[in-house]
Amino acid sequence: MLEVTGLRVAYGGIQAVRSITFHVNEGEMVALIGANGAGKTSTLKAISRVLDAAGGDVHFCGEKITRIPSHDIIRKGIALVPEGRGVFPRLTVAENLAMGAFVRSDAVDVEKDLKMVYGYFPRLKERETQLAGTLSGGEQQMLAIGRALMSRPRLLLLDEPSMGLAPIMVQKIFEVIRLVAAQGMTILLIEQNAKLALETSQRGYVMESGEITLNGDAKDLLNDPKVRAAYLGE
Amino acid sequence: MDIFLQQIINGLVQGSIYALVALGYTMVYGIMGLINFAHGEVVMIGTLVTITVAGTLIKVGMPVALAGLAGLSAAVLVCMALGWGLERIAYRPLRNAPRLTPLITAIGMSIVLQNVAMIVWGRNYLTFPHLLPKINFEFAGASFTAVQVMIVVVSGLTMAGLIFLVYRTKLGMAMRATAQNPQVASLMGVNSNRVISAAFVIGSALGALAGVMVGTYYEIAHYQMGFMLGLKAFTAAVLGGIGNLAGAMIGGVLLGIIEALGAGYIGDLTGGFLGSHYQDIFAFVVLIVVLMFKPSGLFGEKTGDRA
Repeated sequence: MLEVTGLRVAYGGIQAVRSITFHVNEGEMVALIGANGAGKTSTLKAISRVLDAAGGDVHFCGEKITRIPSHDIIRKGIALVPEGRGVFPRLTVAENLAMGAFVRSDAVDVEKDLKMVYGYFPRLKERETQLAGTLSGGEQQMLAIGRALMSRPRLLLLDEPSMGLAPIMVQKIFEVIRLVAAQGMTILLIEQNAKLALETSQRGYVMESGEITLNGDAKDLLNDPKVRAAYLGE
Repeated sequence: MDIFLQQIINGLVQGSIYALVALGYTMVYGIMGLINFAHGEVVMIGTLVTITVAGTLIKVGMPVALAGLAGLSAAVLVCMALGWGLERIAYRPLRNAPRLTPLITAIGMSIVLQNVAMIVWGRNYLTFPHLLPKINFEFAGASFTAVQVMIVVVSGLTMAGLIFLVYRTKLGMAMRATAQNPQVASLMGVNSNRVISAAFVIGSALGALAGVMVGTYYEIAHYQMGFMLGLKAFTAAVLGGIGNLAGAMIGGVLLGIIEALGAGYIGDLTGGFLGSHYQDIFAFVVLIVVLMFKPSGLFGEKTGDRA
């Protein structure tokens, strides 16, 4: 469904991503793990067109999306939950969710999806009229995920959904991510928490200094001595 | 005649005009952090276009009310196109430039527009046609005219409409989202170029309306009139907290009233040394005081070191 070939991202002269190739099949959840600064977020930013790729191509459902404007990405069916959540602090929770459905005109189905999101995260329903900036970090992460789901995406890109959250909140968030995946959503998950990411996903890629150094079944990666040594603290 | 009440009324009228112009500054600043110093000139063009259109139509025998409406519509359309063009030509190519660059460009555009207006309409003061009948009202010792009532009422309605647009429509939501986080807004499918254009076009339409009001109120217009008006409206926006809609409205009215009271009492206060023609100093005293003690204004958030 998503095919990334030879993707390169550079900031000035510095190469953050050096020619990486990977793919995500329809209906699967794939983890992209790696240390801070490995180039994971840059990869997602290039896919979602917030950043220009320095080279390589991104195809989505067979269509090349390497050069389309970032505001058309969501129309293709790709929704990003950005690093640091990126909620609109001075919009209410309900307005943030409405922004997720900004490109949709099927009001009836939008209403259904809103009910679904509130079902996943009852806390958001309780805080519907509150400004997003007043929510806790975990609630903001729920909101960011809910907002992405409101676009009814075909591919969900998650950038560090566990970052800065209390363990109990991480559990809650990942419960929902598993639920969404179980509904057949295709997900590309970026995480520093390698164990959690690999336990949740079917396949995984390991990124180091802008390159993909390992890939395979999530279970195999979890048992790989190199991965265990580098990312699981063993 | 009660000077205090009279000056409050005068200030309210002048302040309504400041508020409309201040909204143009604050909308653009709120979305892209740019102070469009050419906005005062957009207002001036609005006034001068109305003079030409309404004046010509009255001359050929059209009823005054109809000619006035035609003049107003023409001014609004011309200013909207002008605001849109300004952004496309002058500011969009500088979207990623250092902050000082678009600011200098804005001052440059202001000079260009003044000179274009001078070439088109000449250097002389122009008379604004009488669009409303001269009716006077008396209230508790103060007097006011139909024109003044019209200015306050129309400003109020327009601002209510703007609040509806920004807080109750999809475009308004997209504008607020873009102001808060342009990158994420674009990931939601918002074309930030369109939102920025909308801010310029709407701000310019409000400016055109203000321009017609200024013309109707003072019955005189000039190619340099936008400079002082723009500076004062900018002061009003800063006073209210630039980037904040309610702040621009309240800041505008407040500045108008401060100025009017200042003009009304400056003679008494200085023992006749300074007269009411010194009223302009009050706006800038306000600007300096706000910048010294509360740079974020009455309702503004902390904005950091934006140029």
